[in-house]
Amino acid sequence: MFRFIARRFLQTIPVLFIIATLTFFLMKSTKGGPFDTEKATTPEIKKQLEAHYGLNKPVWAQYLDYMGNLVQGDLGPSFKYAGWKVTELIAGAFPVSLELGCYALAVALTIGMIMGFVAALRPNSAMDYVPMSLATLGICLPTFVMGPLLILTFGIALGWFNSSGWFFMSDRVLPALTLGGYYAAYTSRIARSGMMEILSQDFIRTARAKGATEWRVIFKHAFKGAIQPVVTLTAPVTASMVTGSFIVEKIFDIPGMGRFFVTAAFNRDLTLVVGLVLLYATLIVVLNLIADIVLVWLNPRLRFE
Amino acid sequence: MKCALFFVLAVAAICGCGRRETRVTSGNKEQVLHVNNGAEPQNLDPHVVTGVPEHHLIMSLLEGLMSEDPHGITPQPGTAERWDISPDQTIYTFHLRKNARWSNGDPVTAQDFVRTYRRALTPSLASEYAYMLYVMKGAEEFNTGKITDFDQVGVKALDDHTLEVKLNSPTPYFLSLLNHYSWFPLHIPTIERYGPLYERGNRWTKPGKFVGNGAFALHEWRVNHMIVVRKSPTYWDAANVKLNKIYFYSIESSDTDERAFRSGQLHKTFVLPETKIDTYREKYPGLLRIDPFMGTYFYLVNTKKPPLDDKRVRRALAMSVDREAIVKNVTRGGQLPAYHFTPPGTAGYTARARFPFDIEGAKKLLAEAGYPNGKGMPPVEILFNTLETHRAVAEAIQDMWKRNLGIDVRLLNQEWKVYLDSKKTGNYQVARYGWIGDYPDPNSFLDLWLTGGGNNDAKWSNLEYDRLIQEAGRTADLAKRLEVFQQAEAILLDEMPVIPIYFYTRVYAIQPGVKGWYPTILDNHPWHKLWLEEVKN
Repeated sequence: MFRFIARRFLQTIPVLFIIATLTFFLMKSTKGGPFDTEKATTPEIKKQLEAHYGLNKPVWAQYLDYMGNLVQGDLGPSFKYAGWKVTELIAGAFPVSLELGCYALAVALTIGMIMGFVAALRPNSAMDYVPMSLATLGICLPTFVMGPLLILTFGIALGWFNSSGWFFMSDRVLPALTLGGYYAAYTSRIARSGMMEILSQDFIRTARAKGATEWRVIFKHAFKGAIQPVVTLTAPVTASMVTGSFIVEKIFDIPGMGRFFVTAAFNRDLTLVVGLVLLYATLIVVLNLIADIVLVWLNPRLRFE
Repeated sequence: MKCALFFVLAVAAICGCGRRETRVTSGNKEQVLHVNNGAEPQNLDPHVVTGVPEHHLIMSLLEGLMSEDPHGITPQPGTAERWDISPDQTIYTFHLRKNARWSNGDPVTAQDFVRTYRRALTPSLASEYAYMLYVMKGAEEFNTGKITDFDQVGVKALDDHTLEVKLNSPTPYFLSLLNHYSWFPLHIPTIERYGPLYERGNRWTKPGKFVGNGAFALHEWRVNHMIVVRKSPTYWDAANVKLNKIYFYSIESSDTDERAFRSGQLHKTFVLPETKIDTYREKYPGLLRIDPFMGTYFYLVNTKKPPLDDKRVRRALAMSVDREAIVKNVTRGGQLPAYHFTPPGTAGYTARARFPFDIEGAKKLLAEAGYPNGKGMPPVEILFNTLETHRAVAEAIQDMWKRNLGIDVRLLNQEWKVYLDSKKTGNYQVARYGWIGDYPDPNSFLDLWLTGGGNNDAKWSNLEYDRLIQEAGRTADLAKRLEVFQQAEAILLDEMPVIPIYFYTRVYAIQPGVKGWYPTILDNHPWHKLWLEEVKN
């Protein structure tokens, strides 16, 4: 297993390198620069500004400079937020997104798996139709509808929660439900089909024939197999949840990282964009690795290879 | 879903929720103001920022030679308690208050100002607003590297509390200009402690490090969330500052902003979404504010692209737009239809020259230009940056030009930076644009259109116009100067490199407990003059 993990990490390095390079040149090929504003400053000042950030050099020289710093772990200064380093901005925002992502993930997995398994146990009954209709509704209701609906009900009409902000524990509830609810819907559908597939297999019939209780059949024999598709889905979902959602963060005014993904690109804040993309890519790689390990543990027929 | 509801109820019970005292109610009692500032500031260093949210924050942390009048735009004594102006109006001598102090207790001296201006103008810092200081003798030369000896720049500390500033020419708006943050003093020893003085990336603006001379001191900064400032005990007029704290939030979404206001979390929104204006007018007229704002929304015409290089075509386009309909049905925020360029009442100046809304006249002009009823006229493309409001205005104008002149109009929206690039490189025919004055003077609007000007993306050039703007810059006599601007604006409106649409307003919601908040044309509200009162429901 150790060799498996080590090899996966080594494979990651060229992947990250390629991603950084592609992002760098994609950003360079877009029109407009970080210092273009509605009120143009004088050409002389603009030249001084570009000289300060090394933007007056040819693109390949900028690329070499950037990569040189990156290898040393320096993501450079943000162009837009003068005086902040990209690492500082990410270090401030990532914990917030991570916290929200964990709550949302808990909501998604708990609600999603319970609904999915309940539906799978009595297929084509009311126990199936009600949660699955709710799930379909949940998938159709995007976060930008769900979020304001929750705020209008629980924040403004009932006054139980603040409508936005990130100060108290209670401020975590509505965003976690909004973000988690959306994925709960997906999870429930996948959990349902996973459970139904397992329940139709021979070893389950054997277990039942030997007189195992229904409870034992489900939790001892079926559970491990049924959650495998959920685990596979959870890796990329977790990566996207803990790096923050632009929409949810905007609706609830949460100082997380999701906002940066969009605004940094709009601001042509190249260093921040590359930094974010690298973090996201790393998370995906790591989480997929964890998912692979968990899958092997759940399914002894799989091997590390 | 049942589980979700249960979860909400459970957490609500645990948190001991139920309707609580809102931030506005408790703020009113404790003199703590909660305002949305619209965006995360780039920084708090006046020499490296350019935006409006930054301006509002810096106004609370630093004070210039002048200060602002809460009712309007007349400059008030600030760090300088009085000043003398030479007879030719080019030398200003400021007498600083002896009791003006920095937040660390140091006295604010004339040398602080000199060293600050030196930093602002040093090329290696690349301060984008350095050109605001160009009215000062030698400032432009020093900033562009033509001279390297700062002693040749027209600013001098005569003694600890006397500052002399020499200008290139009489500048009637100079005292107003001093209320722009590019002129505010900085505590140089602090900057030097946390990094190189003349380089970007200095870390002195972080909480715990920032030293200012304003009515408030930096207390807390959470990126993308809020900045908190606290009343500064060292401010010279601290006895008359009523607010104890101000929370500046960086809520970008106007819908989130409005919801936070409605749930009692904010005293003031940054803006009000257009879709909410009518609701507020009907249901909460006491909370809605619509203030005039010194800015013009207009269409820029590329005067190098045929058929728009013909002024008759440009005039025809301008004359066939029904501005009343646009402000009434599209923008709906009390904007004024614009029939001239400089917003009315800018430092006592309102343009006499106007162009009419005259569809028949427009048709005639178009026919004279060779396109009777729009026949033979190539399609015109309107470029705007992606935003719902801009699209709605563009669609209305598209329809008016089509209906009134028979011209085929296409719309093109581009993402902000791409749009800026297209505009700058002249890769457009007609482009949406807006201009907010930097200081209350017609010059802030009219010098845009000088030949080769940095923002003259209409690529328009008129030598007589250039001469008049330069003449106005040299004229000390106020009445004569405004008369010169009148002549210049008449030329601009005759040639029409720009098609004014409307004059901006600021539309926002504000709680009745906020006192001392008056409409001002620059939308600056001196924080140290505000106070809060409890409101009985």
